[in-house]
Amino acid sequence: MTPRLEAHNVVKIFGTLRANDDVSLSVMPGEIHAFLGENGAGKSTLVKMIYGALQPTSGQFLWDGKSMQVANPAAARALGIGMVFQHFSLFEALTVAENIALAMPGAFDLSALSNRITTVSNDYGLPLAPDSVVADLSVGERQRVEIIRCLLQEPKLLIMDEPTSVLTPQEADQLFVVLKRLAGQGCSVLYISHRLDEVKGLCDAATILRHGKVVAQVDPKNESAASLARLMVGSDLHQIRHAAEYMKGRDRLILDRLSLPADGPFSTPLRDISLRVHAGEVMAIAGVAGNGQSELFDAISGERKSAATMVMADEADVSQRSISQRRKAGMAFVAEERLGHGAVPNMPLSSNTVLTRHAWDRDIASRGLVKKSAVHLTKDRIVKDYDVRKGKVDPEARALSGGNLQKFVMGRELDRKPGILVVNQPTWGVDAGAAAAIRQALIDLARSGSAVLVISQDLDEIFEMADRIAVISRGQLSEAKPAGELTREAIGLMMAGAHEKAVA
Amino acid sequence: MRLILEKRLEASTGMAIASPFIAFTLTLVAGGIIFALRGNNPFAALYVYFVEPLTAWWSVEQLIVKAAPLVLIATGLAVAYRANVWNIGAEGQLYAGAIASGIVPVMYPQWQSPLVLILMLVLGTMGGMVWGAIPAILRNRFRANEILTSLMLVYVIQLVLDYLVRGPWRDPQGFNFPKSITFEGWQTLPFITSSVHAGVLFAVVAGVALWFLMANTLKGFEVIVSGQAPRAARFAGFSEKRTVMFCFLLSGGLAGLAGATEVAGVINQLQPQVSPGYGFTAIIVAFLGRLNPIGVIFAGLLLALSYLGGEAAQMSLGISDKIARVFQGILLMFILICDTFILYRVRFERPSR
Repeated sequence: MTPRLEAHNVVKIFGTLRANDDVSLSVMPGEIHAFLGENGAGKSTLVKMIYGALQPTSGQFLWDGKSMQVANPAAARALGIGMVFQHFSLFEALTVAENIALAMPGAFDLSALSNRITTVSNDYGLPLAPDSVVADLSVGERQRVEIIRCLLQEPKLLIMDEPTSVLTPQEADQLFVVLKRLAGQGCSVLYISHRLDEVKGLCDAATILRHGKVVAQVDPKNESAASLARLMVGSDLHQIRHAAEYMKGRDRLILDRLSLPADGPFSTPLRDISLRVHAGEVMAIAGVAGNGQSELFDAISGERKSAATMVMADEADVSQRSISQRRKAGMAFVAEERLGHGAVPNMPLSSNTVLTRHAWDRDIASRGLVKKSAVHLTKDRIVKDYDVRKGKVDPEARALSGGNLQKFVMGRELDRKPGILVVNQPTWGVDAGAAAAIRQALIDLARSGSAVLVISQDLDEIFEMADRIAVISRGQLSEAKPAGELTREAIGLMMAGAHEKAVA
Repeated sequence: MRLILEKRLEASTGMAIASPFIAFTLTLVAGGIIFALRGNNPFAALYVYFVEPLTAWWSVEQLIVKAAPLVLIATGLAVAYRANVWNIGAEGQLYAGAIASGIVPVMYPQWQSPLVLILMLVLGTMGGMVWGAIPAILRNRFRANEILTSLMLVYVIQLVLDYLVRGPWRDPQGFNFPKSITFEGWQTLPFITSSVHAGVLFAVVAGVALWFLMANTLKGFEVIVSGQAPRAARFAGFSEKRTVMFCFLLSGGLAGLAGATEVAGVINQLQPQVSPGYGFTAIIVAFLGRLNPIGVIFAGLLLALSYLGGEAAQMSLGISDKIARVFQGILLMFILICDTFILYRVRFERPSR
C-alpha cells in the first residue's frame, strides 16, 4: 500500500537553529500516528510545513506517493489535510454554523450548511447545535466545532495538536472513539501529544523527535510510558520526592463564600467559593480551562477586589486590599500568561525583577527610587538559583524560551520564600525536566511551612504534587479532598460539573 | 526573490540610535528633490535652509528661543507616549497656559512685583494642567479616545483666546486690534543675553529632570510598564487611570508653562495666535528624540532650525514659509519608517522550488 504521507530528509533552518534536521517518516492510510517530543523538539515546525504554513529548507514531502508542494494552508485543505489547533480560532460572538461557513471556500448557503453540520455531527457522535453561539460553548464543545469544520471537508489526513490538554478524561475518551472511527474509514491521523498513556492506547505508530531529529520510530503498544518518556527526554525523568507527609498546620489562606460577578461577556462569575489552605500543604485546583480559574486567580491576587472577609491571608482580611498590599502581607502570585501578564516582553529580566518586588523589597525600591545595582544582584541570584538559561547577561523576557521564562517568574516569587503562594498553571508549555524542578520547588516551599495553592489543568501534575485537591467548574468549587482518596475518574466527573449546585 | 519583514529576536540598539540620523539624511534628499523640481539649485537651497541660520550669532539666539517651547512640550509628551498615552493636544494646553498667564497682567495691569511673574508662570502651568486633565478624565471615566478629545480641545481653547482678545481683554487703546495690553516690567521674563529670555532655562531643567524620572524612579518604571504591557502593569500594582492622569497633568503642565514663557518672554501680550504650532511640532520632536528627554533637547534644536530655515527660504528663495511644515512632515514620516527597523529586519528570500 502507498503511504498517505511521507517525509524524506526534511530540513528546516531558522537563522542558526536547525528546527528540523533530516526528518523522515511515513503515515499509512487509516493509521493513527503519534508525534512525540518535548517542547522545542520541532513537532510544530514539521506539522506547519505539512499544513503549508512554513516551507522546508530542503527535503520533500510525498502525498499518496506523489511529490507534494503546499504553498499555504488553503492548498493543504484542498489536498485533504485538516488541522485542529491547540488554540482554537473561533469567533466567540458568532454561531457554530457561521464560524464553519467562514472557513469554507467560495459562497455558502447557511441553512444547507447547518443541515450538513447536524448530519455529520450526529454521524460521528459529536452532537452540536449549529445555531448556538460559540461563547456559550464549553471548551470541549468548541473543539468539536473545529473537528466538524475539518470533517466537512472530508479530510484524508487529520492533524491534531495536543487535543486532550483542554478536555476532561470523559471528553477525551469520546474523542478517541471518533478518531478510531475516522481511522477505520481510511483517514490518517497525525496525533501530537505529551500524554504517553493516551498514545499507548490510541496510536498505531509513533515518531519521536528530540532537538529536531528523529530519535526513534516505535510501535507504542510495545512500549511503556516510562520507555517513551526516556526516548523523548533522553534520560530518566527526575522523580519528585515527597518529604514526610505534611503535618496539618494553621490556615494561612482562607476563601470564605467568595463570589464575584463576571468581568465581561466572556468571563465566568465566581459563586460561593470556600477553601482553606493550611501551612505546609500543596492544595491543587483542577478544572478544564475557562471555568473561572483566571477569575479566581485575579480575586486572590487582588487584581480584582471582593467584598469584605471573602479573602483572608494569615488572619488579615485582604479582600479590599490592592495587589501591592497583599504582597506586603507575605503573599506571592505567579500568573498563567507569562508574556504580558507575569512579565513585560520587551523589558530585560532586571526590570522584570522590579515588577513584582517594588512594593515590599526595600533593597530594590525605596522613596520612589529604583536601586539598579540591587536589582541586578537580585536578578542574578534568581537566575542562578533557579537555573534560568539565557544567551545574554540581561536579555529581554521575550527572548527566553517558555520554560526558562517560567523558571524566572517562578523563581522571582520563590526567592522571597512567600508565606502564601498562588500559582496558575505552573508548568504550562514547560518541558519535562524544567517542570519537575518547578514542582519540586513548590513542594519544598510548602514543607517549609508556606501555604501553596496551585491551579492546574494537568491531572498528572496535580497527582504528582498535591496533598489535597478541589475541582472548579463553571465558577463553583468542590469540597477539597485528600489526593489519596480521589481517582482520575472522580475528578473527571467533577470537572464536568457533578458537584455544582443548581443556579438560582 | 521576495522581501520579508521579520521580527528581530530583540530590539536593535544600533538602529534605535541610527534611525533619526538616517531619517534626517533622507529628509535632506527628499527636500533637495522638491527644491530641484521647483527649479532651485538643491544644494544652494538646502544651504540657505539648514546652514545659513547657524552662521550668525543673532540667528543662533533665535534658534534657542524657538527650541525652548518645543523642548519643554516634547519632554512631557515623550513621557506620556512611553506610557501609551497619546496627548495630541499640547497646542491647546499651550494656549490654555497662555490665557491663564495673562489673567494677572490683564486684570491688574498696574501691579509690579516679582510675584507677578511667578504667578504668571504658576497659573500658566496650572492652565495647561486643567486643559490636559479634561481628556484624561474623559478617557478614565468613559473610555473616550484621548487622541480625538485632546486634539478637538485645541480648537476649543483657540476660540476662547480669540473671543477674549476681541472682547473683554481687548486693549482699550489698541485701535480695535484683537490684542490685549502690552506687558511690561515684572509682567515679562528677564533676558539672559540680548534676545534669549530666561524661560529657556526651564526647558533645560525639564529635560534633565524628566530624564532622571524615567531612568531612576519607580514612577518612570510605572510609566514604561503601563505603556508596554497594561496587564503586567496591573499585576505590578500600577493603576492605569493614575498613569493616564499623571501623563496628562505632566505634559499639559509643561505645555502650559511653554505658553506662559511665550507670552512673558516673546510676545509680551495676548493675541489670537500665540504659537506657530509648537504643540504639534513637539510631537515630531518627541519621536525624533527617541522619546528620551535628553534626546528631545537635541531634536528640539533641529526642529527649531526648520522654522528658521522656513523664514530664510521665504526671504532669499521666495518660497512660502509653509515649507517648514513640509519638511517637518517629511521628517516625521521618515522617522516612523526607520523606526520600524528597530524591531524588524528585512530579509531576502528566494522562493523555494
